[in-house]
Order: sequence, then structure tokens, then C-alpha cells
Amino acid sequence: MNEPLRPADFTSDQEVRWCPGCGDYAILKAMRQVLAEIGRSPDEVVCVSGIGCAARFPYYLSTYGFHTIHGRAAAIASGVKLARPELDVWVVGGDGDFLAIGGNHTAHVLRRDADLNLLLFNNAIYGLTKGQASPTSPIGTQTPSSPAGTSEQPVNPPLFALGAGASFIARSIDARQKHLPEILKRAHQHKGASFVEILQNCPVYNDGVFGPITDKQEGPETVIELEDGAPMIFGRDRDKGLVFNAAEGRLEAVRVEEVGEAALARHMPENAAQAFALARLAAPVPIGVLYRRAGD
Amino acid sequence: MLDTSRSRASSRAGPLVVRFAGDSGDGIQLLGAEFSKSTADADTGFMTFPDYPAEIRAPAGTLFGVSAFQIQFGADEILTSGDAADVLVAFNPAALKSNLHVLKRGGLLIVDKGTFERRGLQKAGLDENPLDGDLAASYQLLPLDITAQTLEALAALDIGRKQAVRAKNFWVLGLIFWLFDRDPAKTEGWIARRFAADMSLREANTTALKAGHAFAETLELAAFPGVAPTRRAGAREHGAPPAREIVSGTQAMALGIRAVAKRAERDVLYCSYPITPASALLHALASGEGGVRIFQAEDEIAAACAAIGASYAGAIGMTASSGPGLSLKTEALGLAVSCELPLIVIDVQRAGPSTGMPTKPEQSDLTLAIHGRHGEAPVPVLAPATPEDCFAIMVEAAEIAISAMTPVIVLSDAYLANAASDWVSPDIDSLPHLAGLVQHPQDGFQPFARDAETLARPWVAPGTPGLAHRIGGLEKEAGSGHISYDPDNHAEMVRLRAEKIARLAGRRAAAEISTGDKTGDLLVVGWGSTYGAIRKAVQELRAEGRAVSHLHLRQLWPLPGGIDKIMSGFKKIVCPELNSGQLAGILRGELLLPVEPLTQVTGQPFRVGDLKAQLERRLES
Repeated sequence: MNEPLRPADFTSDQEVRWCPGCGDYAILKAMRQVLAEIGRSPDEVVCVSGIGCAARFPYYLSTYGFHTIHGRAAAIASGVKLARPELDVWVVGGDGDFLAIGGNHTAHVLRRDADLNLLLFNNAIYGLTKGQASPTSPIGTQTPSSPAGTSEQPVNPPLFALGAGASFIARSIDARQKHLPEILKRAHQHKGASFVEILQNCPVYNDGVFGPITDKQEGPETVIELEDGAPMIFGRDRDKGLVFNAAEGRLEAVRVEEVGEAALARHMPENAAQAFALARLAAPVPIGVLYRRAGD
Repeated sequence: MLDTSRSRASSRAGPLVVRFAGDSGDGIQLLGAEFSKSTADADTGFMTFPDYPAEIRAPAGTLFGVSAFQIQFGADEILTSGDAADVLVAFNPAALKSNLHVLKRGGLLIVDKGTFERRGLQKAGLDENPLDGDLAASYQLLPLDITAQTLEALAALDIGRKQAVRAKNFWVLGLIFWLFDRDPAKTEGWIARRFAADMSLREANTTALKAGHAFAETLELAAFPGVAPTRRAGAREHGAPPAREIVSGTQAMALGIRAVAKRAERDVLYCSYPITPASALLHALASGEGGVRIFQAEDEIAAACAAIGASYAGAIGMTASSGPGLSLKTEALGLAVSCELPLIVIDVQRAGPSTGMPTKPEQSDLTLAIHGRHGEAPVPVLAPATPEDCFAIMVEAAEIAISAMTPVIVLSDAYLANAASDWVSPDIDSLPHLAGLVQHPQDGFQPFARDAETLARPWVAPGTPGLAHRIGGLEKEAGSGHISYDPDNHAEMVRLRAEKIARLAGRRAAAEISTGDKTGDLLVVGWGSTYGAIRKAVQELRAEGRAVSHLHLRQLWPLPGGIDKIMSGFKKIVCPELNSGQLAGILRGELLLPVEPLTQVTGQPFRVGDLKAQLERRLES
């Protein structure tokens, strides 16, 4: 048996060139840790990316890497996986990559369900082109290309993935260095296309866009961490929970003491109706595995 | 009514051209295919061309629903499907109206006279019945009640009228078989196999075939004299006499792609998005046999990108499309150039721009293929000359792609894809050993180190132990492949990528005259599917004592070595193309020679007669 792999074994000789404070550093750290834990040789892992800040990712890993063209990473990774199914293939892109210029590929790679791990670094802005509004920018986002604020409805990534027929949909947050590696590992374990939205802060062009969600103090009140089979509870004092309003197909936040714990919804990731409700839930923001197809 | 002596005289003079025209639902293409098979069985050389509408099921009896099939066969080298027909079979008034212009004066005109009633004439936009006019003055008119005869022949069978009517293509086939002294036995066998599951269809078609054949005997009609079997160049000489088969450009290309997988000892991943007329190739490969797998992508871009991903991962990535699709793929081609990955891109050209005329041939994507990319991104461009050349060109494309680590574009067109001729299938094992061309990593591996001769970088697929590395579309430092913004490095990389492609000219076959002498009054330079028409026109001019030669380019970029020397041997250079003069412009720009364009953009192939007349004019001016 060889020595166990360490995160350093997945670190390339290239100097990382993201802005100081960029959320991508945290994702890179989590990824190196996860690859080491998975334990496959860097020679058997491929990271394919599109264009943008997130897409520089492969250069900073010691695995095989392919930095391709804007929006097309999923299509190129599909070809890699078809040619070499035995390799672990990770696809990395930003919100412009996955949901604007490459939206078509994202939809189709998900419905085709090839065994790829797709990581969407969602910072709700175009970073590398200097701060234009992206498809996930909230309404009213003021940027050089939208000085009066955006007026378009943003794309909801998990809902997009559900609509495309994805078999595994998860969400995590860059700064959550315990949660994120767990989610990446579960994405890797899933046989089929795994879609992971990672909320990522851009300190230069969109600082604090996820505001209280990514804030350490506010987090427990604004985020709900999903656990398979467990009642949906959140809050600093674990005093809040979610009930499923079946008539309207949505989850609603309640105080646990008002309804009793037995009335709370339990997280069943294979329940598609609940998954749609989770995808649409804005307060609190659910993180964890939102959906996993039954039998997968 | 019928002057058979005239038809016999004209058929003796040379090869024969037969054209079938009818409604999309009349089974014209099937009729043509079966007649072609019997031609191959008679060991006679031929070339066919189907001429069908883009509409799938156009309203019956209308002009735009007419489907036609033409075949030229004979003892000589058959180079085209023929300018004009000796025999035309028209299944209805619309087919007659839209195809009569193809029939030679004095040719045999067979029509289904029962369809020339009020409604049929109306649908064809005819005020008067042409059969009442003076057609017989110009043609040997043979009006037969084909539908009624078929129904009568099948009266005893237990099938409906609609089904019985559909057997009329086999009735006509029987008749034509008698005219050309062909044996219907093989076709009967084919019917038995094809309709094995449906006894009534099998019986109906066999009965119709025999009835048509028997009916022909009762006509006061002389059969055409038998055409002598041909022995065409390229046939395998050793061993047992090989069977003559029919191959369309699409089929030959599919076989060529399988040959690439075998000789490269690697999987081919063929990635495509449906588009006319390239889709036929996707269907031809869909069985997944012979080491070739297909991937039907969500769009043209994904098809190109998946092929690049496959090549990056060590398979041979291929993608195919037609003009509009090639436009969509060009960004991905830039990546393949920059990352120096092997990739084969097939463009089955059609009349453009935009949707244009999707089923009609044109050669108007040449400048797109050669120059149509962002940045300095040279890509080799090849073009097959005949349907059977579609096989060889794929092997050559792979040879270039693998040995120079580059994308290669193959320009076919709607004519080559659909035209068919007889061939003897090639011996795959005698083809170049493509696996031997792969550039393997050396000690002290660097992803962008180069072979001294070919300038190719090593092909190292993910999964190779100890060689994990990163590549991408950003400029790379020569050797290491690290991201580099160094001005001198960029200049050097641009030069290296161009030099790598330019060197192909020296490594590959030099330009060679295909017909005629090395010097003369006129050099005709062609490329792609116009080969047959140009060769025939040049042969005819030479037979008349004109000093004309034909140079046909199968490699458009880089231009083959020695081309300037050949051109300097002629007083005049003319370049016939199915576009507005794209190759002529490139030759002028590259060679600084006064190349004259000779263009046609009708969505139709050149007719030999037109081309010859045009060349005669150039000789005289």
C-alpha cells in the first residue's frame, strides 16, 4: 500500500493568481483535501474548466487539467469521459460559464447523466471581464453594464438543474470548510452527473452579495444545513424549522415550539416535490444535498 | 411511334444515362438503387446521383415533391452521373414537367399515361396535357399505363389497391431490366430478404417485377445493346476477382473512418449534431461497429468540443457538419489549434449562405475552412475528388492529424455524399500504420516539446502515469507549456504552429497533373467533387487536339509542393468551382499568378458540356 495522499500532492507548481480574499482559494483548499481523501492518483483525475476566474482552477491542481473555452467545459468533459470512462472527471465553471454562454451544455450534460462532477462557482458576477452582471445577479445589481441596476430575473441554479433532470443536486458555501469537502465527496460518490452550486464571494466586484448567508454570525439564522432523514431545523438555538405546505408545494419557516418537532418536514433527498421546494426556498437558504434521484 | 433504330444508334456511341423521376412516395430512390446493383452485377462501371427535395413528404403530385434518380453507366471510365439522359421514366405529370429538360433529343421517354388526368395535370400546373402535344416529334414517346398494368398484374393477390399501386416501381424496374438485358433473379432474391417479414409485400413486389419484365417483351421495342463490362483502375489485381460493390461518398467516408480506428489502433469518437446533408454519415456510423462510436451532441459547438475532449483523452475525435455548423465550430477549432490536438472536422458543403439550399451541392466553404478562424490558426484542408475517394481522404486526414497534432478539415459536399459509383473495397491492412505516427513523450517530458522533423508535440492522454500536466487556450511557453504572456514567446509559438502546417507540403505528395501534358495552352485547376466533370471535359478537348491539362487538388491547405512549377508550364490557368471564385482567389494570393475563375453557383454540379464550352471560350480569348 502506498503512502496516503496529502492535499500537497494535488498542488501544482503554478502560482495562484486570484485576488486576495477571493472565495476560490477556499474552494481550492477544500478540493485538494477531498482529492487526497478520495485517494486516486493525480494521474487518474482530470479537471476541465471553461473561461473566467473559476476556470483557472485546473492550473492549480497537480492532476491532468484542461482549460478550455467559455461555456464549453461540460461538452469537452463529456468527450473526455466517453473516451476514458475510468478517469475521475471534474468540471469547473462560474455562473457565466454554466448558466449563460454554456447553459445549453449544462442542461444537456445533466439530463444525459454522464458520470461527471460539475462544480458551479456562483459569485453572481462576471469577474475576469471586470464586473458585469451575470445570470445569477440579483435584480437591481448595479454594474458597469447595468448602471441603473439589473431588471432581469436571476437564474436559480438548483431549479435549473432539477428542470434539466439532474440526478444529484447539492449546494455549499466557499467558506464552510467542513461542509464543502463533505459535499464534494458525496458528489464524487454519486454515479452520474453531480451538480454542486458553491456560493462564492467576489471581494472585488460583488463583495457580500450573499450577505448574511455567508456571514459567520448570521449564518445559523439564514442557512439551513440539510441532513438526510433528519427534521429540517435551523437557527442559532435550533429553534426554527421548516414545514412542507403540500397544497402550495413550498417549504415554510416556523418556530419549532409552535408546531412541535414531529410536524417538521424531514429531509428526504429523493423526494422530488420537496427538492423543488428546497430549490425555491430563499430564507433560509438550504445547503447540502438538495436532491438525489431514487436508486442512484 | 417508336423509332428504335435511333435509340440503338445513340446508345452505341458511348455510355448511357437513365433517369427515373416520380413522386417522393413512388419509391424512386429504391428503384434507382436496385438498378444500380444490377449494373454492378453486370460488371459495368457507373455513377449515380439522387436528386430529391428537402421536404420529407411533400404533397403528392406537386412539382416540389418530385424525386429523381440518375445513373450513367458504360464501358468507358464513368466520371459523372451524366449531363443528359438517354432514357427518362416519368411517373406523373409533375415529374415530366420538371425533368424533361434533362432528356436528350431523340431519347426514350416512358410516362405513366394514366396519371395524366385533370387532377394530376392541375397539381403540376399544366393547362394542357403534354401527351396530346408534339412530344413525339422530339422524343421516342412511350406512354404506358404503368399504374393500371401494375394493378392488373396484382389483381389476383390479396392486397389493397393502395399497396398494389406502391409496387409500380418494381414493375418499372422489370421493364427497364428487359430493356438493358439485366437478370431480375438477384433483385427477386433481394425482395425476398428485404420483405421477409411481410409475405404480401414480398409477393406484390416480385409479381410486379416479373409483370413489368414480361410486359416489355410484348412491346415492339428493341432492347438496348449490352454494355461491355468495364475493368476500372484501382481494382485489386491479386487473388480472386473481387466483388464489385456500390458505394456512395457517405458510405465510403464511413468505411474510411472505421479504417482509421483500425490502423490507428485507437477508438474514434464521432460527434455530430443533425444537419443536412451531413447527418447521413452519423446514421452510417450509428451501429458503433469497428471501433467507431458516435455521440449525438446538443449542438454543433458541443459536437466539436466533445470531439476535442475525446482527442485530449487519447481517442481520435471527429466531428462533422455542413456550412452553418462549421461556422459554429470555429471557436472550438481555435482551441484545438492552440492546444495542438488531433481532430478531424468534416464539412459536407451545401449551397449557402445561411440555410441556403440544404440538399444542393456547393463549394463555398473553402475560404471559411482555410481562413475562417480568430487569431493565427492555420489548419490543413483536404477535399475528396470522387465518392470512393471519400474513403482514402479520411485515412489521409488522420495521418496528418496524428503526425502533426493538428485539426484537419475535410471538405466534402452534397454531391459527393449522395453520388454513388462502383468500387472494389480497399485492403485496410495495406493502409498506412497510423498508430506508428503517434509522437510519444521523451525523457524529461514537456507537453510542448517538439519533434525536430514534424514539429509535433507529444500526445499524452490523461491516465498516463507520472505525466500529469495542464493545457489550455492561453498562450503557452514553448516547451514547458506554462501560461506565458512573453511577447517573443508568442511570436515564436505563432511561427511554430504555422511552420508545422507549412512543412506538410514537403512531407506529402507533390502536385501532379491528373490528365494531360505537363505544359500546354490551358491548365484547368479544380478541387473536390468537380473532378469527374472537369476530367471528362478536358479529355474531350484533348481528343479534339487542344493542349489542355487538368490539375486536381485534394490538398487545399497547405498548397501541395510543386504547384507553382506546374502552373508555370501553361499559358493560361482557369479554376472551375461551384462558388464565386474562392480557390482562384487563394491561388492568386499565394502564387501571384493570373488564375482565372470559372464559377457556377446554381446548387447543381457542373455539366460536362457547359464546362467544355466555357473552357473552349477561354482557349480562344
